[in-house]
Amino acid sequence: MTRKDNNPIVSLLSRIVSPFIMLFALYVIFHGHYSPGGGFQGGTMLAAAVLLIRLAAGREISQLQFKKSWGTPVGSVGVFIYFFTGFLALLMGGNYLDYSFLPLGLEAPVTRGWGILSIEIGVGLAVMGILVAIYDDLLEGEPND
Amino acid sequence: MKYVNYLILVVFAGLMIAASDNLPNRGDANAPANREISPAGSKGAAYYYIQNSKTDSNTDNMVTVILADWRGYDTLGEETVILTAGLICYLLLRKRRKTDDTKR
Repeated sequence: MTRKDNNPIVSLLSRIVSPFIMLFALYVIFHGHYSPGGGFQGGTMLAAAVLLIRLAAGREISQLQFKKSWGTPVGSVGVFIYFFTGFLALLMGGNYLDYSFLPLGLEAPVTRGWGILSIEIGVGLAVMGILVAIYDDLLEGEPND
Repeated sequence: MKYVNYLILVVFAGLMIAASDNLPNRGDANAPANREISPAGSKGAAYYYIQNSKTDSNTDNMVTVILADWRGYDTLGEETVILTAGLICYLLLRKRRKTDDTKR
């Protein structure tokens, strides 16, 4: 990024498009039970929405949306959600990752459905955080920082 | 030697095309992979998935049930791979650049 001035067309368009990409990403994650989609695809699209702002607005302004140091922690939180869901089932007396033992007070098939949703959210957070973190790591050594 | 390479390539392509002609149709219930009892005598996995995904997990999308529920360990491993890749990028790229900056 050698040019300092921002192109208003690119800036405005990316500002308009990015929220819709995020909304569709959330739809892909939460509607994965009924249509093609899931955590990996939705997380990638969330990361695309964040990276679009990073490309269009420059690095200083985009820190307001998603800080440089947040990527790896968000990814770790996503992996922790996955591990914790499996471990909770282990604590409640089932096998590891057997969601029917989760303490929700519902019948077994419905509980397993909610367990799958928790897994998908964890996967989505992990993929989004790690993709943004890799982009930031690659940009870290840019000379005009 | 070059002609031998081309010959092997053409023969292999012909083999693949001839083999693809004998593959079962997609969604064929009588294909060996989809039968209740496989030709070897064991129970078929795809038959079980198709019959039980809705009743076991209250989820319409069969792929999601296989990915997140029955094969949860596999997805856990995939996610760990992604996290490891991110952490290695952090360690390789972020730290060394900082030390280089202080040297200059």
